[in-house]
Amino acid sequence: MRDVAVVSFAQTPARRRVQEVNEVEMLMPAVHTALSQVDMTIDDIGFTCSGSTDYLAGVGFSFVSTLDAVGPWPPIQESHVEMDGAWALYEAWVKLQLGEVDTALVYCYAKSSPGDLPMVLTRQLDPITVGPLWPDSISLAALQARALLESGKATEEEMAEVAARSRKAAMDNPNAQLAWDRPASDVLAEEHLVAPLRRSDCPPITDGAAAVVLAAGDAARERSDRPAWIRGIDHRIEPIHLGHRDLTVSESTRTAAEKAGVADGSVDVAELHAPFTHQELILREALGLADDALVNPSGGALAANPMMTAGLIRMGEVANRISAGTADRGVAHATSGPCLQQNLVCVMEGEG
Amino acid sequence: MTPPPAPDQVLSAPLIIEYPFTRTTGPVIGAFLTGLREQVLVGITASDGRVICPPVEYDPATGEDLTDIVEVGPGGQVVTWAWVATPHEKHPLDEPFAWAQILLDGADTPLLHAVAADGPDAVSAGLRVVPRWADEREGHIGDIACFVPEEA
Repeated sequence: MRDVAVVSFAQTPARRRVQEVNEVEMLMPAVHTALSQVDMTIDDIGFTCSGSTDYLAGVGFSFVSTLDAVGPWPPIQESHVEMDGAWALYEAWVKLQLGEVDTALVYCYAKSSPGDLPMVLTRQLDPITVGPLWPDSISLAALQARALLESGKATEEEMAEVAARSRKAAMDNPNAQLAWDRPASDVLAEEHLVAPLRRSDCPPITDGAAAVVLAAGDAARERSDRPAWIRGIDHRIEPIHLGHRDLTVSESTRTAAEKAGVADGSVDVAELHAPFTHQELILREALGLADDALVNPSGGALAANPMMTAGLIRMGEVANRISAGTADRGVAHATSGPCLQQNLVCVMEGEG
Repeated sequence: MTPPPAPDQVLSAPLIIEYPFTRTTGPVIGAFLTGLREQVLVGITASDGRVICPPVEYDPATGEDLTDIVEVGPGGQVVTWAWVATPHEKHPLDEPFAWAQILLDGADTPLLHAVAADGPDAVSAGLRVVPRWADEREGHIGDIACFVPEEA
């Protein structure tokens, strides 16, 4: 295996609605900041991979037009995943493992705001026996939360604590969309949105973009004083039908964590893509994190949840902490699909 | 350079999400949809003997073709549920209702559907429910208008 590292990360400030610019214009600052931070241009990049989804843009092959953000002429080696950018990073990591290129640019973006997001997300369900009922994403998460509560593995108080801790942590994150400092008891006093979930158990709707530069071996050491080396990365998927899964556990996260080697050392920081409070509790258990582990110091997806982007941001946040020397070993997690259907786990470490 | 337009001057267009395709549903999903039209619920036997409903074409564990269609329900019990106080216009019911995972009698995996109930206090895990069939059925999951608590 080649040593591959995250050497640069940039994101746009998370906002409820970015209306005055198109996707390319929204994305440009993230791409060009990520490149300029390591004194690179697109000409220095061996492979480019992006993550986004047509269902949010409302047009087919929408990613083609956003290639304008990187200027694909003369022709570049390029690919796209209809997924969060975390999966685009995985593809770029595989490409770097093949040894043909030493650097890669990964970017992702989505405007979540133009459509009715919880309803748009029903289009990822079984299109014949489930999708036509239009069970929105919040309702499905609420089913999972109820299953978790009734299993005795979590309480509404613990969910509220996750909400309060995440939004308070977000006050230190200039890119966060939703930040406040209120006790968990305030969350418990809220009306239910879709019971048992309250509004504060749910993520905001967010527009945003992010970009990462990956480099292998010496190319990484040339660009960064302290690259965030990817020591393990794995992703797993579970069945599309919720009825085929035990919703109170995340078997795909557990398997991915095992394959990525999460348990092979101590974890200084974990950034988990848990859009709903109860999902953080499920993920902590699946990843085997200690109770005192530093989880989501950025505020996580409860503070900003740009579609197709929040997962890559988790990887960038961990990489930033490693590069800054405030963490030696971290875990980044990304999810996609209803109720944590599929999950990606990445272990990163610094050297020296 | 032209300054960007103010947000209230931005052009916009409606974004309509739809699934405008016609599908051939095949012998397994087709049997389920045909059953709905006839007010009969069916599942399929997986390789480990469990009955999966709605039926799937391939075994979730082994990937092998599944063909053994069996009748289930029509009653069942709520496994997990969520209370929707403010239904969306696309939801199956106009009044507040519960989404539920419903384990139909004879099935080993639950089916997702709406449950009409008087309020969240009237729904709980283990609640017995039966389908309320739509007046006109066309081989669609909506042929079950919703589930309702079984009369005692």
